[in-house]
Amino acid sequence: MELFGIALMTLVLFVGFGFMVGVLFGFFGMGGSFLVTPALLVMGYPARVAVGSGMAFVFGTAVIATLKHHDLGQVDYKLGGLMIVGTSVGIEIGRIGVFYLEDLGLASGVIGVTYVALLGTIGVFVTRNALKNDGEDDSGGGHHEAANDEIDPDAIPDIAKKIQSYHVPPMMTIAGGIKVSLWMVLGVALATGLLSGFLGVGGGFIRMPAMFYLIGVPVPVAVGTDLFEIVFSGGIGSFLYGMEGGVDLSIVAPLLAGSALGARIGSAATGIVNEDDIKIYFGLMLLGGSIAVAFQQAGDYLGIEIFNTIGFALILLSAFMVSGAVIYSTISTMRAQTKASVTSAD
Amino acid sequence: MIDLAAYSPAVQAGALVGAVLLEAFVLYVAYGGLERVAMPVVEKIKHA
Repeated sequence: MELFGIALMTLVLFVGFGFMVGVLFGFFGMGGSFLVTPALLVMGYPARVAVGSGMAFVFGTAVIATLKHHDLGQVDYKLGGLMIVGTSVGIEIGRIGVFYLEDLGLASGVIGVTYVALLGTIGVFVTRNALKNDGEDDSGGGHHEAANDEIDPDAIPDIAKKIQSYHVPPMMTIAGGIKVSLWMVLGVALATGLLSGFLGVGGGFIRMPAMFYLIGVPVPVAVGTDLFEIVFSGGIGSFLYGMEGGVDLSIVAPLLAGSALGARIGSAATGIVNEDDIKIYFGLMLLGGSIAVAFQQAGDYLGIEIFNTIGFALILLSAFMVSGAVIYSTISTMRAQTKASVTSAD
Repeated sequence: MIDLAAYSPAVQAGALVGAVLLEAFVLYVAYGGLERVAMPVVEKIKHA
C-alpha cells in the first residue's frame, strides 16, 4: 500500500524516526544531520538527496523548535544574529581548509580523526562536569530561565567567568544579564563555524557547549539561540541543495510530521528536566556518536563494511536511548512535582 | 495546479523551502492546538 508515492511502512518509519530526532533536536539543539543523513544513505538514497533532504528536514525542525523556545523566552536574538555573522565567516574558512587538505590527499583522514577526537573530548568534558555538579544543586526542578532573567552566579562555569573577566570593548549584555566582550562572541562564533565548515556538519554539538562554557549563556538559552541560528544555515543549505534537485519532499514531509511533535516535547522538556541531567545526556550522546564515527572511519579505512553498519546502529541506539531518557526524565520530574504539590497542599 | 518545472531552479528551490516552512508552521500550530486540548485531560487523569 502506498501513500503520497511511498510505501506505508516507510511512511510510518519516517514519522517514528522523525519523532525521535525531534525530541533530541528540541532538547539539545543538535542531532539532525548527524542522524538523518546517514539513515537515508543506508536506505539507499543518493548522497545528494540524503544530504539535501536531511538539511531541509533540519531546517523545518529548527523552525518548530525555535518557535517553542521563543514561547519559553529561551532565544537571545541579538546573540543569535551576531553568531550567524561569525559562523558564516568561519564556515567559509573551514571549507577553504578542506579544499587545501583535499589537494594534499589528506582530507578524509584528518577530518575523520578530528571529528572523533572532538566528539569524544566534548563528550567526556560535558559528562564529567555534569557528574561533578550532580548533587551539589538539588533544586531538582525545571529551568525556565528567560532571556532577560538574572541568573545565579554559581551557575556560570569558572572558565566562562575567567573569559568574561577580560573586558575588551565594546561590551554587550546577553541572556541572564551577563556582560561579555563582542569580540569574544564573534571569536566563539568564528571558531565554531570554522570547525563546522571543516567537518561538514551543522555544528550544534560544538556551538551549544561553546555558548555555555565560553560565553556563559544558560543552557536552555544556548539551545534556543543555537536553534535560531540553524534556521538560517538550514534554510540557505536547503535552498542550495534544492536548486540541484537534492530535496525530496516525500522524505521531508513525513519526517517533519514526526519531528514536529518530538521537537515540542524536547523543547518543553528543557524547562522541566534538571540542567545537569541535560548535560549528562548531551555528553553521553556525544560519546556514543564518537564511538560510532570511529567505527565508520575504521570501516572506510580498512574496507570492512560491517564496521559501517555497527557505527550506524550505534548512532541509532544512542539516539534512541537518549531520547527515551529525556522523555522518562520529563515524566518523572512532572510526577515528582505533582506529588510535592499534593503533599504541601495536605 | 502550478507547474513548478517550468520555472528556474532558484524559483523551484524557493518554493521547496517555502513548502517546508509552511508545513513547519502548520504542524506547530496544529500540535499546539492538540496540546491545549490534551493537557486538561492529562491533568484530570493525573489528579484522579
